[in-house]
This record gives sequence, structure tokens and C-alpha cells, in this order.
Amino acid sequence: MMKKAMTILRHEFLHTIKRKSYILITISIPLLLILAFVIYNGIQRWAQPSTPDQIYIGYVDETDIFDDYHSQDNVIFNEYDTVDSAKSALLAETIDSYIFIHSEYLEGRQIERYTLKREIELPSSTVSSVKNFLLDNLLTESVSEQILNRAKIPFAPISVRLDTNGEIATGQDPIAMYFLPYIFAFLFMFSIFFTSGYLLQSVSEEKENRVIEILLSSVSAGQLLVGKVLGLGAAGLLQIAIWLGSVMAAAKFAAVNIPIFSELSIPIGTLFLGIIYFILGYLLLGTIFAAIGSIVRTSREGQSWSSMVTTPSAVLPMMLMYLITTNPTHIASRILTMFPFTAPITSMIRISGGTLSAWETTVSLLILTCSVALLMWLSSKVFRTYLLMYGKRPSIKEIIRSIRSA
Amino acid sequence: MDISNLEVQNISKSFNAHKVVDDVSFSLNSGEIFGMVGPNGAGKTTTIRMIMDILKPDSGDITVLGQRFNDEAKDKIGYLPEERGMYKKLTVIESLIYMAALKGVPTTPAKAKAIELLEKVGTGQHKDKKVEELSRGMSQLIQFLITIQHDPEIMVLDEPFANLDPVNTKLLKDIVLEMRNKGKSIILSTHLMNEVEEMCDRILMINQGRSMLYGNLADIKTKYRNNSVFVECDRLPIEITGVDKVKQHDGHSELYLKQNATPQTVLSALVSDGVKIDRFENAIPSLNDIFIQVVEEAR
Repeated sequence: MMKKAMTILRHEFLHTIKRKSYILITISIPLLLILAFVIYNGIQRWAQPSTPDQIYIGYVDETDIFDDYHSQDNVIFNEYDTVDSAKSALLAETIDSYIFIHSEYLEGRQIERYTLKREIELPSSTVSSVKNFLLDNLLTESVSEQILNRAKIPFAPISVRLDTNGEIATGQDPIAMYFLPYIFAFLFMFSIFFTSGYLLQSVSEEKENRVIEILLSSVSAGQLLVGKVLGLGAAGLLQIAIWLGSVMAAAKFAAVNIPIFSELSIPIGTLFLGIIYFILGYLLLGTIFAAIGSIVRTSREGQSWSSMVTTPSAVLPMMLMYLITTNPTHIASRILTMFPFTAPITSMIRISGGTLSAWETTVSLLILTCSVALLMWLSSKVFRTYLLMYGKRPSIKEIIRSIRSA
Repeated sequence: MDISNLEVQNISKSFNAHKVVDDVSFSLNSGEIFGMVGPNGAGKTTTIRMIMDILKPDSGDITVLGQRFNDEAKDKIGYLPEERGMYKKLTVIESLIYMAALKGVPTTPAKAKAIELLEKVGTGQHKDKKVEELSRGMSQLIQFLITIQHDPEIMVLDEPFANLDPVNTKLLKDIVLEMRNKGKSIILSTHLMNEVEEMCDRILMINQGRSMLYGNLADIKTKYRNNSVFVECDRLPIEITGVDKVKQHDGHSELYLKQNATPQTVLSALVSDGVKIDRFENAIPSLNDIFIQVVEEAR
């Protein structure tokens, strides 16, 4: 029994991972990440043209306060007596830009800045150099060096989130926490749908190709169903492993430039539950799709039928993603966690956000497991009955009748 | 010779209260080609599917190689369904190896056997082609190889020569005869009577799900023989000694003999009458005629 199912499993697995569409979809995520990384770095480099070692900024000071501290980091401040001389220096490109400090500066008049360049925004390093130049001149005589330094950087917080017991909560970084559920949910959703889609296609193609009769003369319908579901499931697991692996690798790379990504890690417990939800979610859709594949006449017809199952189970949690992440204990979030078709994705969103309690996990897994068992039993009956019927598609009523009598 | 490889006892099958197979029984000996004939929709394919354990009979019993159907028995049967089908994206050799694996043959011997068979039917050079690139006849040939590659004891061939050109038909027929001579049992299901006449030892004729004729082909022919002779000649006398009536066929005449007459008396009567005879033979009905007669009688 199992030997033949294993033969089918191996064949389906190897056959699927060699498919062009599988390879394309599987490598698309790593490729997209690499592309995003390259583009991000490219834009960074393009937006911040390598600043020359020294920038010269001219200034005209009507207040006579700003006389010292002319050197700030890589910026040298040159004083000009008149606006005209500053302007000539700018036109001669001896200075990068010049600022005009009005005599009523202290009363609140803003500084004007003149440059030849079109710019979207002043480079932040230049801004802080100008700020420091101004602060040094304004405050050095009246306050201590400590206060001066504080005035330069008054607020750069390290945020800590506490749980309801006042303990430091797990999963501190808010942005990583915001990303993780989305990444998880999307990857799982895609993989579940692609994999069960392959199953549907594989069954309906065998029926369309008329291979099914030869297969059934060598193996039973049960062996065929088990071998196919497991073989394609293995291909799906491989896909999700590659995706998660590449997301983690990309996060590591990106962490060099964008520190929050270094916080992005998947706890082992989350990963474990994720795989369980993936398997159950796939089995749920997979068995339904196998049954649909056995009923329809062409794989095209099968796809339109299967979308009636996939659309609600994918779209609902995605539409309510905001609610699920921000208000995980809302009644709608709870229902979606329990309802078997939306449970895998909703639970993954909540688990990666750390908002799914143990009892909810248990109950949702229990409901899901029972649903899978029930559907497998029903599907295997439908599968056996309709695999060899090529004529007109049976009505829902006929299918129900054949399930009863099978 | 007379060891029964397959025993079918009183099987029936209905779909939606319509009886497709009705109380059919037969046995299959080793070393014989057994013809299963009948018009389209007679219930041949349903009977075969029950033999193959793809469908379960509503009643009746089937034993294969002395036992109830099981995985082991499945591995000893080769089945060529009427609805042909192959994985289009696999190569020829991959298809053969996978199908052999499903019959329990490990990859290495399966590959060697597949190459041997492909060479035998002259398609060795196509082994790495994808199935979808093959011509229809070629893919039918490959399907036939799939049926026999695991060296089954029993082969069930449903319309095996349909749509094949004469050269390939002969090739397959020779292989089937070779298998029979090795002591294998072959069920040949077809609606083409000449194939059955040419190849089969015994037959089962089914119509509307019921067994109409069953037994040795020669015995059946004798049973359905009219007491008549076929004559091709320049002219026929109006009265011939020993002849009851004359029926004109295309290019020849059929002379129905009187109860006590023999072909010899008729022949000598014709000769003495000076008739120039080109052909004179006992009228043995073709299976086609018997088939039409049986079907019409059943109506």
C-alpha cells in the first residue's frame, strides 16, 4: 500500500519541482528581495552624491554673534561682509551655498539660504553642521559644555514596550513586529494556494489526459490521493522553506544599512506552529481541490471552481489584516481564527504578532484537524466516484447522492 | 494449457439503475488470446474495469491468478485502456520507468527493459522526446509497451489496434502472438470482428451488458453455419439438384442445400451441367455475420 503511494509521492514531488512555473514562483521571492536590495542601495547612492571632503558655506552675519567655530565636521564656514561678495563667491563656486543671518535673527527672523543647485532636501549632515555652528556661537559663553551637547541632541529615545504585568514584553521592535505578520501571512498564503493549485491541476490534467485509467490499473484511488497530496505538499514545504530562508538572509544583509531588520527573526515556536498550520491549511484546500479535480472535465474548469474556495479563505484575512494586527481579540479576529478556511492565515498573522493565546491555538488547531479529516473522507469518496466519468459534470445534488451511496 | 488465470463469475454492474453489465461469466486460460466482442456501449469496458478493480461489481466474483484482487495481482496484469492517455510533459523513457515503478519494477531493470522494447519496435531514437512531441501512432505504440513492459501474466487490451497503420498493427499483433506463445493470457476487446477471427482462440460476445455467445471460435462458427455453399461461376442453371434456394451476394451466389444434399452432390450436378466454376466452398459465416445475426435476434 505505502510503497506505491511513496512511488507516486516521489514522482509528483520531482515532477512539480522541475516545472517551469514552480521554479519561477519559488525563485521570484529571492529575486525580488535581491532586486529590492539593489534598487534601495542604488537610490541611496544616487540621492546622496558622494559629498566632497570639504564643503564651504558662506555666511553674511548682521548680528555679529557668529564669529567662531568656523569648522564643523566637513563644513567650513566663510564669513562675507556683504551679500554681494557672498553672491560673487557662490557664482565663482568658491562656496557651495551661503546663508544670510538677518539683524533681527534673535527676534525670530528666519535665516535665508542661497544656492545654485536644485535640491529636494538639504543633506542631513549639512543641516546638523549648520545647526551646530549656530548653537556653538549662540550658547558656548552662557552654558556648560554638557548642556550645549544636550542642546545639540536633546531627544533620541530607546523605546521599551511593557506587557500588562509590567514586564518587558517579547518582540520589542515595533517595525519588525509590523512586518513579520505580513511577510508570514503572504508567504504562507501564496504557498498554500500555489501548492493546492498544482494538486488541482495535476488531478484534472490526469483526468483530461486519460492517464488516470492506467494509473488506477496499477494503484488504488486511495494510494493515488495520498501520494499526490503528500508529494505536492512536500514541494510546497520546500517552496516556503526557500522563501523564509531568503527573507531571513535578506534581513541580515539589509540590517547593515537598515538597523531595524536585525531585529527581524522568527522564533522557533512560531516557525513550528507555522509549519503545522501550513500542513493543515494545505491538506484542507488540497483535498477539496483533489475532489474538484476529479469532478471537472478540464483543468481550466477546475480553476474557476477552486477560486470559489480560495477567494474567501485568502481575501477575508487579508482584508481584515489591519483589524487582526491592531485588535487581535476583536470578535471578528477570533471567528477568523476558528473558522477552518481562514484559520491558517489568520492564526499565522496573530502568532507572528504574538497575540494568539494558547487556548485559541489549541481550539483552532483542533477544529482545523477535524475539518481536514472530515473533508479527506468526503473527498476520497468523490475522488473514487468521478475520476473515470468524462461525460457531463455532475450537479451538486448528484455529488451529494454519490457521497451517500459510495 | 487449461489453467484458468482469470475467473469471472456472474458479475453485474448498474449505473443510475441502468444495468450496464448483467450476469456475465467467463474464464481466461493461460496461453490463449480471448476475444471480447460487442458493439460500442455493450459493456465491454465496464467489464474490463471490474476485472482491473477500477470499478467494483454490484454482485458476482472475480479471481485473478487464483486469488481475490490485491496489489500483487495488480502488478501481474497489464492494461491498455481504450481511453489512451500519457503524461504529455514526460519523456518517453521517463513515462515507461514511472509506469513500471507503479507496477513494482525498480528503476534500473525498468530502464533496461524499456530501452530493449523501444529498440524492438524501432523507436529507440525517440526515447528522450517528450510525449507531446510524438505522433499519435507513436504514442499508441509507447502505451502498448507500457502495458507489457513489466512482463505481466495477463494482458487486457481494449481496442489495441484502433487508429494504427498496417505496419504498426502487424508489429503489435506479432508481439501479442509472441506473448501468447510464452503462455501469457490476453484479453482482446474489440468491435472489429476480423481482428478476433484472425487472432482469438475463444470469444465472449456481449450485447447490452449480457453475454450472447461464449466459447471456442471454431465451435461457434460451426454452430452458426447455414447449410450452404458459395459459388462463383459464369452462369447458374435455374434448377440445381439438391439446392433449395439461391441467394445472390456481391460477386457470388449462396446456394442453400436441401436437407439430404451434400456439397459434393451439388458440385457434381453443376459440373455435369457444364457450368464453368471459379470458386466453390462451404459457406462458413464470418464472425461479423454471426454478430449481426445474434444482435438482431436479441432485438
